[in-house]
Amino acid sequence: MQQEYEIKKVPQSGFISEWLKKNFQYIPPAFITLILLVGQLTYGILDNYMNLVVAILTSVVAEIVLARLVLGTRKNLASAYITGISVGILIRSNVLWPYFITALISIMSKYVLRYKGRHLWNPSNFGVSWMLALQTTSVAGLSVQWGSNFAAMSVIWILGLIIVNRAKRIDVSVTYIICFVILAYIRSLITGDAFLAELSPLTGPMYQLFIFFMITDPPTSVSTRKGRILVVILVAVVEFFFRLNNSIYAPFYALCLVGPVAKYIDLRMQASKKLNVAPSK
Amino acid sequence: MRHKFWQILTIVVFICLLLGTFIASRKKDKSNNKGPVSQEAEAALKQYGFYLEPVNEEIGVTFRHVSPDLDPKVDNIKLQIASVGASVAVCDFDNDGWNDFYLTNSATGSKNALYRNLGNGRFEDVAEAMGVADLNQKGTGASMGVVWGDYDNDGYKDLLLYKWGKTTLFKNVNGTSFEPVASSGLPEWANINAAVWFDVDNDGLLDIFLGGYFKESFHLDSLLTTRIMPESFRYANNGGRNYLLKNKGNGTFEDVTQQYGLTSTKWTLSAVAADFNGDNFPELYVANDYNVDEFYMNREGKTFEETGAAVGIGHIPKSGMNASLGDINNEGSFGVYTTNITEKGVLIQGNNYWQPKAGKGKQPSFVDLGQISGIENGGWSYGAQFGDLNNDGYMDLYVANGFISAKENTSYWYDYSKVTGGNSNIIGDAKNWPDMEGKSQSGYTQDKIWLNNQDAIFEDVSGKACPPATYDGRAVAMVDLWNRGVLDVIVANQNNVPTIYKNNIGNDHHWIAVDLQGTRSNADGIGARVEITWDGKKQVQAVTGGMGFSSQNQHRLHFGIGQAAGIEQLTIYWPSGHVDKIPHPAINTLHTVKENQPAD
Repeated sequence: MQQEYEIKKVPQSGFISEWLKKNFQYIPPAFITLILLVGQLTYGILDNYMNLVVAILTSVVAEIVLARLVLGTRKNLASAYITGISVGILIRSNVLWPYFITALISIMSKYVLRYKGRHLWNPSNFGVSWMLALQTTSVAGLSVQWGSNFAAMSVIWILGLIIVNRAKRIDVSVTYIICFVILAYIRSLITGDAFLAELSPLTGPMYQLFIFFMITDPPTSVSTRKGRILVVILVAVVEFFFRLNNSIYAPFYALCLVGPVAKYIDLRMQASKKLNVAPSK
Repeated sequence: MRHKFWQILTIVVFICLLLGTFIASRKKDKSNNKGPVSQEAEAALKQYGFYLEPVNEEIGVTFRHVSPDLDPKVDNIKLQIASVGASVAVCDFDNDGWNDFYLTNSATGSKNALYRNLGNGRFEDVAEAMGVADLNQKGTGASMGVVWGDYDNDGYKDLLLYKWGKTTLFKNVNGTSFEPVASSGLPEWANINAAVWFDVDNDGLLDIFLGGYFKESFHLDSLLTTRIMPESFRYANNGGRNYLLKNKGNGTFEDVTQQYGLTSTKWTLSAVAADFNGDNFPELYVANDYNVDEFYMNREGKTFEETGAAVGIGHIPKSGMNASLGDINNEGSFGVYTTNITEKGVLIQGNNYWQPKAGKGKQPSFVDLGQISGIENGGWSYGAQFGDLNNDGYMDLYVANGFISAKENTSYWYDYSKVTGGNSNIIGDAKNWPDMEGKSQSGYTQDKIWLNNQDAIFEDVSGKACPPATYDGRAVAMVDLWNRGVLDVIVANQNNVPTIYKNNIGNDHHWIAVDLQGTRSNADGIGARVEITWDGKKQVQAVTGGMGFSSQNQHRLHFGIGQAAGIEQLTIYWPSGHVDKIPHPAINTLHTVKENQPAD
């Protein structure tokens, strides 16, 4: 999910903005924690605290160890924390090991699936998609709502939009939402199901996490605004076809397919641009 | 160089993880094939000590359940809503010493059946003659189940029929006919899916708990609105109300629901009552769909206190469809088995076995042993009952499985996931639900038969200890149909024929059965706890007024004791507080025990 925001892009205006500028990297983790806390305190969305603890600890420890051993650096752990908490929320299992394995696969993907020094997949998107696709006997997704309280849902939407706005990613989130709504309408025409039935998933927690944390993830987003909008449209379109094929976890699979290809092309284009502008000797 | 090494190692480990999870998924896919494995009866008898043989035709049972009719406004999800109503309740209604059983039908105009045991191996439907057949007439609602209980202590068990409609009590007139009890105080109209007889305050008169599913204002065959569905898949509180009806002793019942604190409006599908803390007053376990289950502590017969979270069962909302008692490790205490939904890759709730923790004094608390015991993943499970199917001294488990078996190789799960993940305004309105178009959902799945391997670890012998059973099973009842000292099994299947299993036992294990008659307690002895000790083992069972999903086992309690030569003691803890102890009772015998009187 959303990992390492580019601090320099946060606009400055007054003390709060200055503070946000310096500490913005902690806002997304704080927000996802808030979502979790609201969900847990009001509805008890976590079936088991241990699952979440295992996912977060695995992510954080794996990040510390791999950053040190593979890259020889220390990394801010906010990103790993978000990955862990996302895994803890997004997958559901009656046993503990999937939380450990999913978190481990997610973090390791950052250090293995790389191109030009950048990871291609959003970590939790990769881990969660892999496990949902393969470990169907032990793992399911968060496909059920965590409450029917419209006010609570609205607060999460408003806060989420404010945060992605501060992170200069609101265009991505809004474009995706618009695409989903339009494509939901088209699907309803094709399937004959009620428009609200097609729209319904958007009102659930899985999509809140997807829209605010996964598709806006800066490290795995492409570098230009137009590119990001194009990519998110493609994600929505691929998801549309997955949905027509009755795939419950369509958004995860769509991002898992489109995201890394887009990032790969983007990195190549950036590299060739640099070559073109380099002064000739 | 050092970083290079770690990079390579990381890549190797990563690939191993991916390969490992991939290979594991292939293996699990093979082991989770839904296709039943049929095994020859003789091999099963040798290996497991029993084999369940369907005998409907041989014994004359021709009944077929038909699902309830609904208002055309909800035709798009008719299969989803009209998915219950098949039930079974066992009773020796004419006191001839042979167990009979009642099956409900649900379609408008369809007839319920009362199969009288002729004692010669065959059964005869006497419902029509006894006046309890034609009970699904237009305007009266659809039958959902019955429970037998002697509300007037006349020695004959009476019939309480609960419906999506008008719940009715029928007085058993000396085993010769049934008469509806007029002005009994039962609700005029409610959508009831669970009922139990129990004596709330031990006054010797059986009271009634009714669990509501849909809101009582809805007449499902003539709806004014389509906003009838749960407001949430996990946190719904917009179901039907529950009823606690106190027996006044004059043929009428008083609604004391508010007074006793049973005001929950969760979507109740099952309930079981038993004394969990040894104070003789029955507690009430309520299994709820779309929310957490509830555990009501009985405060000296005066009120109930909901303590689900405090006792450990009320934390995780699931799809509670069953509550039945067991003592799987012969500890002498009641555990509760609840069923939920497990569908590969979509929803993994798992069934629970709530084992009471020892040493907690008067306040019970529970820990889930479902996973450790191997009885967690059933599928879309409904009714379940424990019973010692091979008389080895350990309780085995039969779980009815399968939600909707409609068009083969189709699935409504994707459509279902769309609406159940949405806001209450969407999920709560049936018109938003995608048209099922005859699709199946968790259909054609094998019922589960779990064999207790004498250590509370169960072995899945589904499809091995019986021929393939892939109907949409709902209610399960354990009963000795032919007085052989063996537990047979009846499964009521939705929209289909029931399955009457004759249990062929292939061993020389011993048994004992106990039939209770209360004198100071209610005449049925409902609420009594019976404990036997033998060979250093101890097992407890309860006389209940219905448990499981829409079902009631035989009234007598059956204990297998393996190859033990005898029983040290049979102890009966009556609801009145009286305790009868019978040292060294004869084995391979049915004992009829009257409260405070010597055994027959």
